[in-house]
Amino acid sequence: MTQFPSSARLWFIQTRYQFFTFTRSKVGMFFTLGLPTVMLVLFNALFGGGTVDTPGGSWSVQQFYTGGLAAFTAVSATYTNLVNVVPIRRDEGILKRWRSTPVPLGVYLGGWITSALLVAVCGVVLQLTIGVTFYDLTIDLAKVPAMMVTFAVGVTAFAMLGLAFAGVVPDADSAPAAANATILPLAFVSDVFIPLDNPPRWLEVIGDVFPLKPFVNAFQDTLNPTVTGSGFNANALIYVALWGVFGAIVARRTFTWEPSTGGRSRSRRRRRSR
Amino acid sequence: MSTVEVHGLVKDYGDHRAVDSISFTIAAGEVYGLLGHNGAGKSTTVEILEGHRHRTAGEVRVLGMDPAHAGREFRDRIGIVLQSSAVERELTVRESLNVYGSCYCAPRPVAEVIEMVGLTEKADARIGSLSGGQRRRLDLALGIIGDPEVLFLDEPTTGFDPVARRQSWELVERLCADGMTVLLTTHYLDEAEHLADRVGVLVGGRLVTEGTPAELMAMSPLTTITFTLPPATSAATLHLPSTAVVDGASVQIETERPTQVLADVTGAAAALGLELDSLTVRRPSLEDVFLALGGEASP
Repeated sequence: MTQFPSSARLWFIQTRYQFFTFTRSKVGMFFTLGLPTVMLVLFNALFGGGTVDTPGGSWSVQQFYTGGLAAFTAVSATYTNLVNVVPIRRDEGILKRWRSTPVPLGVYLGGWITSALLVAVCGVVLQLTIGVTFYDLTIDLAKVPAMMVTFAVGVTAFAMLGLAFAGVVPDADSAPAAANATILPLAFVSDVFIPLDNPPRWLEVIGDVFPLKPFVNAFQDTLNPTVTGSGFNANALIYVALWGVFGAIVARRTFTWEPSTGGRSRSRRRRRSR
Repeated sequence: MSTVEVHGLVKDYGDHRAVDSISFTIAAGEVYGLLGHNGAGKSTTVEILEGHRHRTAGEVRVLGMDPAHAGREFRDRIGIVLQSSAVERELTVRESLNVYGSCYCAPRPVAEVIEMVGLTEKADARIGSLSGGQRRRLDLALGIIGDPEVLFLDEPTTGFDPVARRQSWELVERLCADGMTVLLTTHYLDEAEHLADRVGVLVGGRLVTEGTPAELMAMSPLTTITFTLPPATSAATLHLPSTAVVDGASVQIETERPTQVLADVTGAAAALGLELDSLTVRRPSLEDVFLALGGEASP
C-alpha cells in the first residue's frame, strides 16, 4: 500500500502555498505590511525627536513607535489576517474543498499559521530595518533574545485568537469589519499609536484586560532603554500566552469547514434540535 | 460487494425529512445518476456519501467504509467535484493541482490532468482570470487529481451553455472509460441519459424509481408533436386525432404512436401542398417522467 506523504513535507507545502497566496493578495499585503510602514513614516515625521514618558523614565519617540508598530504588524499578520481570510475561504467553499482531500486538519491549519508567522517576521524585520536605517533606532543586542521570545509568544497567541474569532464571524461579508472593529479601537488604548498619559480609568482597564497592550508593552520593553537587564517581561508574556491558550480552546470548538449559507445553518439547526 | 451501498438512508433537518429511506447500490465501474429537481435530496445524499454530512438513519458503505467515520484513507480514494466551490484565485492552475495533489498517496501527474481537462493553454494563468467554464474544468481536474476509485459529481454542468455541456460530457465520458465508479447528480434527463448507466429518480427525498435511461423514458410513453395550423385549415382537413389540443393556431398532440400520427398529419398536409410551421417532435422530458411518476412539476 502506498504511503501518505510525511506530515513535515505536507506542512512545508501548505506553508509555501499559503505564503504565496498571501503575498499575491494586494489588499492583504497593503493592510498588513504597507499600512504600518506608512504609519511608522508618518509618526516619525510628525513626532520624531520627541520623547515618551513611561513609569520607568523618559525615552525617544522612535524607539516607542517602532516597537509599537512592529508589534502591531505582527498582530495584523496573524490575528487580523486570519479573522479576515478564514470566513472568506469558508464561505467560498475553499475550506470544504480542502476537507474533501486527505490533508489532516492540523497540517492544513498549521501551514496557514506558519505562513502567517512568516509574514509577521517579514513585517517586523521591515519595521526594525526602517527604524534602524532612517530613524536612529537602537537595538540592544542583549535584549534580542527577549525580543524574539516575545514575538514568538505574541504571534502564536494572536494566531490562535484570530482562528477562534474567525469561527464566530457569521459570514465573509462581515469578516473585514469584524477584524478591524476588534483590533483598531483596541490599538488606540494599547500604546500602539499614542502613548497613553493618564487615560480615563476604564480605557486603561480595557487596555490591560485584552492581550494587545501587554504584548505591545512587552515588545516595546525590548527597545526601551529605560528597561534594564534582559528585557523579558515575564508577567506580560504569561498573560498573552494564557489568552493564546484560551484562543486555541475556543478555535477547536468554533472552527468549521462548511460555508455559512445553507449547509452550516442547517447543521446548526440540527445540533440545536437534538 | 458493490462500491457504493446505501440502505434505508434517512436525513432530517429539524422537522423536515430531506432524504426518506432511500436504498441503492452502485457496482464497481458503473456510472450512476441521481436525477431530481432542486430540493429533491440529491446533494444531501451525495454529501452523506462523501462524508461531509451525517445521516439521521440507515446504512451507508462506500468502498466498504462508513463515510461518517472514515478518515484520511477514505478521502484518499474518493474524488469530489463540489457543486459550488471556489479555488484560491491567487494560485495558477498548475500550482493549485500541485498543492491539492500533494495530499494524496498516489496523485495523477499534474500535466496529464491539465491536458485531460483541456486547460493546457491556461496552465500558468491565475485562477482568478479563468472563465466560468474553465473554472468548472479545473473543478473536475481537482476532483480526479488524487486518482480516485469513486468520483462524486454534484451537478457538473448546471448553468452551462449547450456547447460547454457537450464538452464537459465528453470529458466525463473519457474519465469514466478508465473504470472509475461515478455518482452523478443532475436535474437534466438528457445528461443522465448521456452519461449514466443507471439512473435513480428522487422526488421529495424518496427514490421513486430506478433503471437504465431507456427504461425511464419508456415510463412516459407519450411523445409530443406540435406545429402551427396553416391559415384557412381546420382540424378535420389535417386528419388530426381526437386527442389533439388546438389552441388558436397552435396544435399539440400527445401520442403513444408518433410515427402513425405524424404520417397521417404530414401526409394530409403534403397532399394539400401545405407547410406545417414550427413542426416539432419531442420525446418525453424529465418533466413528463416526473409527472408520470407522480412527482410535482418544477415551479
